[in-house]
Amino acid sequence: MKSIEELNFPSDVKYTDDHEWAKVEGDLVSVGISDYAQDQLGEIVFVEMPEIGDTFGQGDEFGSVESVKAVSEIFLPIGGEIVEVNSELEDAPELVNTNCYDKGWLVKIKPDDLSEMDNLKDQAAYLEMLKG
Amino acid sequence: MRYLPHTRQDIDQMLAVTGHADLNQLFETIPDSAKTKTALTLPEALSEWDLNTEMEELASKNAACGSYTCLMGAGSYDHHIPAIVPYLISRSEFMTAYTPYQPEVSQGTLQGIYEFQTMITALLDMDIATASHYDGGTALAECALIALNKSKKANKIAVSSLIHPAHRQIMKTYLNPSEYEMVEIPADENGLTDVAAFNAMDDIAGVAVQSPNFFGNIEDLGSFRAGADEKKCLLIASFTEALAHGVLKSPGRFGADLVAGEGQSLGMTKSFGGPGLGLLAGTKKLMRNLPGRFVGKTTDSNGQRGYVLTLATREQHIRREKASSNICSNNGLNAMTAAIYMASAGKNGIREIAQLNHDKAVYLKNKLVNAGFKSVFSGPFFNEFVVKAPSGFADKRRELAQKHNLYAGIPLESYYPDMTNHYLFCATETVSRHAMDLLAKEVQ
Amino acid sequence: MTKPGTSGLIFNEPELWEKSREGRCGISVPRSDVPRAAFDPALTNDAPELPQLSELDVVRHFTRLSQWNFCIDSGMYPLGSCTMKYNPKTNEVQAARTGFAAAHPLAGDLFSQGALKLMYKLEQMLGEITGFPAVTLQPAAGAHGELTGMLIIHAWHAKQGKQRSKILVPDTAHGTNPASATLCGYQSVNIKSGPDGILEPDTVAEAMDEDTAGIMITNPNTLGLFEENIKEICDIVHAKGGLVYGDGANMNAVMGIIKPGELGIDVLHLNLHKTFSTPHGGGGPGSGPVAVVEDLIPFLPVPKVQKENDTYSFITDCPDTIGRMHTFYGHFGVMVKAFAYILSMGGDGLKRASQLAVLNANYIKESLKTTLDLPYDRPCMHECVFTDKTVQEHHISTMDMAKRLLDYGFHPPTVYFPLVVDAAFMVEPTETESKDDIDQFIEAVKAIVKEAASNPEKLKSAPHLPKVTRLDEVTAARKPCLKG
Repeated sequence: MKSIEELNFPSDVKYTDDHEWAKVEGDLVSVGISDYAQDQLGEIVFVEMPEIGDTFGQGDEFGSVESVKAVSEIFLPIGGEIVEVNSELEDAPELVNTNCYDKGWLVKIKPDDLSEMDNLKDQAAYLEMLKG
Repeated sequence: MRYLPHTRQDIDQMLAVTGHADLNQLFETIPDSAKTKTALTLPEALSEWDLNTEMEELASKNAACGSYTCLMGAGSYDHHIPAIVPYLISRSEFMTAYTPYQPEVSQGTLQGIYEFQTMITALLDMDIATASHYDGGTALAECALIALNKSKKANKIAVSSLIHPAHRQIMKTYLNPSEYEMVEIPADENGLTDVAAFNAMDDIAGVAVQSPNFFGNIEDLGSFRAGADEKKCLLIASFTEALAHGVLKSPGRFGADLVAGEGQSLGMTKSFGGPGLGLLAGTKKLMRNLPGRFVGKTTDSNGQRGYVLTLATREQHIRREKASSNICSNNGLNAMTAAIYMASAGKNGIREIAQLNHDKAVYLKNKLVNAGFKSVFSGPFFNEFVVKAPSGFADKRRELAQKHNLYAGIPLESYYPDMTNHYLFCATETVSRHAMDLLAKEVQ
Repeated sequence: MTKPGTSGLIFNEPELWEKSREGRCGISVPRSDVPRAAFDPALTNDAPELPQLSELDVVRHFTRLSQWNFCIDSGMYPLGSCTMKYNPKTNEVQAARTGFAAAHPLAGDLFSQGALKLMYKLEQMLGEITGFPAVTLQPAAGAHGELTGMLIIHAWHAKQGKQRSKILVPDTAHGTNPASATLCGYQSVNIKSGPDGILEPDTVAEAMDEDTAGIMITNPNTLGLFEENIKEICDIVHAKGGLVYGDGANMNAVMGIIKPGELGIDVLHLNLHKTFSTPHGGGGPGSGPVAVVEDLIPFLPVPKVQKENDTYSFITDCPDTIGRMHTFYGHFGVMVKAFAYILSMGGDGLKRASQLAVLNANYIKESLKTTLDLPYDRPCMHECVFTDKTVQEHHISTMDMAKRLLDYGFHPPTVYFPLVVDAAFMVEPTETESKDDIDQFIEAVKAIVKEAASNPEKLKSAPHLPKVTRLDEVTAARKPCLKG
């Protein structure tokens, strides 16, 4: 596992306490897990995804990320409807390890209320939490 | 005691290291109030020869002696077991190994189970098969749970009333604490599951049909596939006689989503009903919903081929309370037995034996009908069929067992109360024409 | 030191279908003495694509495969929580007797008296060993017994008129416990063991309420420690109307010493493949009988074995039963072996087995506690739990030590379980290992810990002697290849 300094935390996304990230892209919000989360989990072998059309509230569990011997639930940073899932992860779950903020995104959602983004942590606050 | 290696001297030396005065003191952390006050009241230890006498005495009180003719099936079948099967499976390296969690020293078990999985998928024409389950009935109950847990809306499982009665009872036990409901599909006058009755049901997450069914009749799984598509529910095919798939159209060809069945016929003794072999197979799409172990192929750090237990994240020891099943074993030795049997029989052997079973059963049915039994259903069957016996057959049946060591059919009344004097007969490749002719003559 | 592990000639062997040749067959098909009865072709398929091999092909194949396995008959298996004791060979002879092996389960009571009597007597003996008035032999494995037990608890609460929603599960419990509870619709409430590694009554009292169905306790627990407060804990749970489920997986430590039925436990499962010496078979079949107190007898699964005068029969007419758990009566073949074992040991022999199992474990604990870190330094029962703390400075983990043990000729202990200890290294020698073999194991662990400092790379790349080296489990899980 790497130290916090070796990990990457971009400033154009927001973070949850459970180590997901969310990024507003037009009308939609992309969601994934942070570099810290993927590093903790180790080599990811499978991502369990919701179905398109499923709706969740902020903080709801919407799937799980699996390594060889562990399963971690993942929670939605912002409530809304799933409009897209990253189907590339089906054959290449390792993208979550190698590119967690771009090619390793998990789902895109149509948010119910974009102001819920304000409840999330920005880069500085997230780093502070990690260094705790 | 020959299993306990400690000499007096060993014990003294070891106690000196642990710092205890005697063996009793080892249990110092157990409060005296918790200790039992009396010695175990059990029979005195037997020598090996006394044990042999005692065990043979018990064994001889069962109906299973040298010239035993078994015309009973219903989930436990009398098949010939080639000598190499018990011989190979008795090897200590298979028999006394633990679950292959340390793959570097378990490649024998792992490759064997991988081959088992492969041969089961070939037998059933399914994408994947697990490393096995307890028995056909518990495997079927797991399939019901998969269908119900997967469905977001429906909370009923439709179950053919011609599925083995014990399998239906197990499913009922498993589902009892849940909100889920099991509804039975009635039988029609041909001894087949009534597909029209199924089509009229709603709120169904999955439909389970056994073929050959409990009466031995071959079901048309295709019509249930169509009905299941209509309802967008899963089709679960089950069976109790694995050898039927040596000749009959496989559940995979009918488009089954899940298959659960009993594999005892693949080289295992009847052993008073267990251990048998639960077979569990599914489509690739359901891979992560299947309970129990899987063996997968991979490579080692030098690039050599090797095998490991895989997809463990579905299982109870990782997913804990979120696991869909609590199973944490497989009937591994029986799966290995089936692998050895299937490898021995091969493509042509299994076909030949399956056909022979059918030939014998058709012969027996004709003989019985000629002797005054009534044929109850006219459709095709594999190696079991139902006949109605003339009155008085119950006594004759007991006499046949006592006099000729011939066990003629299983009475159906206790399973289906309106079927008085109906018997389920089975004939396998082990039954001689001579024995069948004798039966016909005796009941004439 | 002389270590048991060495290298030797083993054979490569391809997958079955790579050896297959069209037209070979490894069995004799009986000559038909009846006319052929052809099927309507619409009902049939082509023959299933099984490999085609001669008898010798099959014999060599499986013999070569078997030689890649570690097994009890070749070496020591100090697997904590698994009780890998010697599997007596006479048990196999007994189970293979024609009268047992060829018995049809539906032959009827009249023609099954031997099997019924054996089951009845085995139930009685297991009841005596555990201190319960009734036992069912039907569950096919430990986890299946656990499910049976929890279904009984569920049915009992239903009968009382008010179902409950939760169940207490200590952090030292087996992983199956929460999964079994879930199948009964109970939500698991995790409770923590105290600083001594055992449960404290106050923790239980705090968590126990009238919506909690009971508690699941493994005793001795998975740290190998006896739950000293067991009676008090049972009283607390009973006072709130709950029941106590006992996981008897570790019964091998306490036969003839305690009887769980005398301590307030209501339901207990046993593992015949652990305590009662039946073989593990590379993953099963096992057998998981369940013992219950008087009040729970009506809920036991059917069919049950009944004795009247000197005649035995199956009965199914039990209105409160949870129902059926197995197609027939459970793993009868396994029961025969356990029965033969108990008869061979006798009551004194079983007690002696427990004493020696505990002696062996304590001997290892004392001998290795300065070599490895021992987080709970208390007298243990049948197993003891170490960690990798003393070798961490060399970046060596429990897994590395475990893999290196293979080169020395020992199966590794259970690793990374129980979860309450970080990087656990859990040793259960069982009573059938002699002092000489245990001394060799101790020497091997000491040698490995020395190597951790002197040659850590040797450990990280271990094992070196087996046919294959460490396997790529990540690719196996990412791109599952489950058939050839």
